[in-house]
Amino acid sequence: MRKNGVKMIKIKAKDVDVFYGKKQALFNISLDIEENQVTALIGPSGCGKSTFLRCLNRMNDVIDICSVKGEILINDFNINDKSCDVVRLREKIGMVFQKPNPFPKTLYENVSYGPTIHGMAQSKQEMDEIVETSLKKAALWEEVKDRLHEPGTGLSGGQQQRLCIARAISVRPEVILMDEPCSALDPIATAQIEELIDELKKEHTIIIVTHSMAQAARVSQNTGFFHLGQLIEHGSTDKIFKNPDNKKTQDYITGRFG
Amino acid sequence: MNKNKEQLLNKRYKAEQRFRLYGLSAIFMALLFLTIFIFKIFSTGYSAFQKTWLIVPVTFDAELMMLDQNPSKEDLQDADYYDIALKSMADLDPNANEDQENELKRMVSYFFEKEIKNELLNDPNLIGKTKEVYLTASDDLDQVFKGNYPRDLPEDQRRVNDYQLKIFDQLVANGKVESKFNISFFTNADSREAELAGIASSFMGSIFSILVCLMIAFPVAVLAAIYLEEFAPKNRFTDFIEVNINNLAAVPSIVFGLLGLGVLLAIFQLPRSTPLVGGITLSLMTLPTIIIAARASLKAVPPSIREAALAMGASRMQTTMHHTVPLSMPGTLSGTIIGLAQALGETAPLILIGMVAFVNTIPGSPMDPAASLPVQIYIWAESAERGFVEKVSACIMVLLGFLIIMNLFAQIIRHKFEKKWS
Repeated sequence: MRKNGVKMIKIKAKDVDVFYGKKQALFNISLDIEENQVTALIGPSGCGKSTFLRCLNRMNDVIDICSVKGEILINDFNINDKSCDVVRLREKIGMVFQKPNPFPKTLYENVSYGPTIHGMAQSKQEMDEIVETSLKKAALWEEVKDRLHEPGTGLSGGQQQRLCIARAISVRPEVILMDEPCSALDPIATAQIEELIDELKKEHTIIIVTHSMAQAARVSQNTGFFHLGQLIEHGSTDKIFKNPDNKKTQDYITGRFG
Repeated sequence: MNKNKEQLLNKRYKAEQRFRLYGLSAIFMALLFLTIFIFKIFSTGYSAFQKTWLIVPVTFDAELMMLDQNPSKEDLQDADYYDIALKSMADLDPNANEDQENELKRMVSYFFEKEIKNELLNDPNLIGKTKEVYLTASDDLDQVFKGNYPRDLPEDQRRVNDYQLKIFDQLVANGKVESKFNISFFTNADSREAELAGIASSFMGSIFSILVCLMIAFPVAVLAAIYLEEFAPKNRFTDFIEVNINNLAAVPSIVFGLLGLGVLLAIFQLPRSTPLVGGITLSLMTLPTIIIAARASLKAVPPSIREAALAMGASRMQTTMHHTVPLSMPGTLSGTIIGLAQALGETAPLILIGMVAFVNTIPGSPMDPAASLPVQIYIWAESAERGFVEKVSACIMVLLGFLIIMNLFAQIIRHKFEKKWS
């Protein structure tokens, strides 16, 4: 969203370094992410784009040997600060993973899980509403409304991924992180998800890691190119794809390596 | 080149065929052993579920019982039944001399006086009348009737002499010997007399021990496993703990028995020979088994489920309790059952804490002295009387049945859980 032509910055990463044990995975990443836009992170495998994504909701905490340095400001609040509560942070920042990972529970329980643990619904009725809206926003409602109490693992891959998106948006996060959400899906399911991403950016800021250049070009407004743990270049998707400043970016985009 | 390839392919097929054959023969061997084992147990044990009774006419002579006219209930309780009991046995052979009368008495269990008494207590109108009463045959005659007794041994090597055999054969010929289902095998506690010995005490002892073991081992083991797997940092200290849990699982069970003896009985002064102490000792043994099984099944829960829950803003505790633990429960439960089955069949540690004592009462709580089924097998297998041989096999059958029911139960629980979560 642009207010008076000024871009609103949602997330501001400053000099982020990430180490796995002694090995440094990210070097000095500084990146601004605009509100209500889709930002794509591209780059060859192992370049650190997923690692960076996982810094944004502190999922790297789970990995014992992983340490993160630097500042990541979300709404001008440093999430790497000791006073930051991860549970509250992850309520605001949802995540969709590479492989669809619905809980082995019913569809309803999958979507209502977040609102339940965060106490967002006072009554069964309210919860029903949240579940319905979330599934509708994830473009899954029509397909599953008659079998909400069947296991979520019984859906097709694309449906499972949309279920995971419904689950992520059920708590109305400000930001949604997507880690290669379409890599396990067929082209039709991918197209559905991409359409969905376009729709979701009206209410959420979206950061998507993708291997597919075409996908980045289709869905994103901004793109960041990672290589060997460095952020080589970032800017509007148009510029990165048509007229990149850096030769490495040029080579990667035109398919000369990666 | 092409021919070579064909030969190679043939070789590969042949190798596979051979491998299948090995597998089949291994399974065949296992089944064969199992069949032999079960056949042996059943063929020796099945007769223990039958019991031989002598049908003897008893005259309830008020004078011999030292009863007044119109005796009250208490009078009947306190009456002297020994004389009429002895007399009814002696009457089997009107020409018997004193020695022979004694031998006649030994044809039934020493419990016969009580059996006659119960008959009268059930029907006080019998006073002055004669009624045919079922009396438990002595264990040796029981074996004779079942055909397990070598009658052709010289008389001085037998516990049943020729005179007793003669009278017994007469009774059989007159249809006064009957075989009925052996209820007392299930309702009686252990006894020195094979015909009266039952498994009630050891069965209850086993149940109480297993319950105590389950109540201690399961929560402790599951909590330990959850903490180690989900919360504990991975460092040298936790590695050390892990190694030691694995070591604990390999400790011979008798060592745990010594521990129970030295700590529970000597220091904490818990009552000897009780399922409480037995259960605690067995729980030490079961603990590592359950911990290892629970950790393995926690590890088997896909990390993506944990990540999904964490990314939704669930705390670590919520992630564990809402997702990981329920998903790991089937595996944990089957591990627990395996542990308990081990504990159920365990003998050595129980012998050390005194559950091998002769217990002729049925325990009503884990604090009462009791034996356990495997220890009962051990006690009976050590006994010299021929009557105990079939009892050993019968007891093994009960133990196996117990195990099968436990496993079945576990499978049902497991099945229900798995349905719910997939």
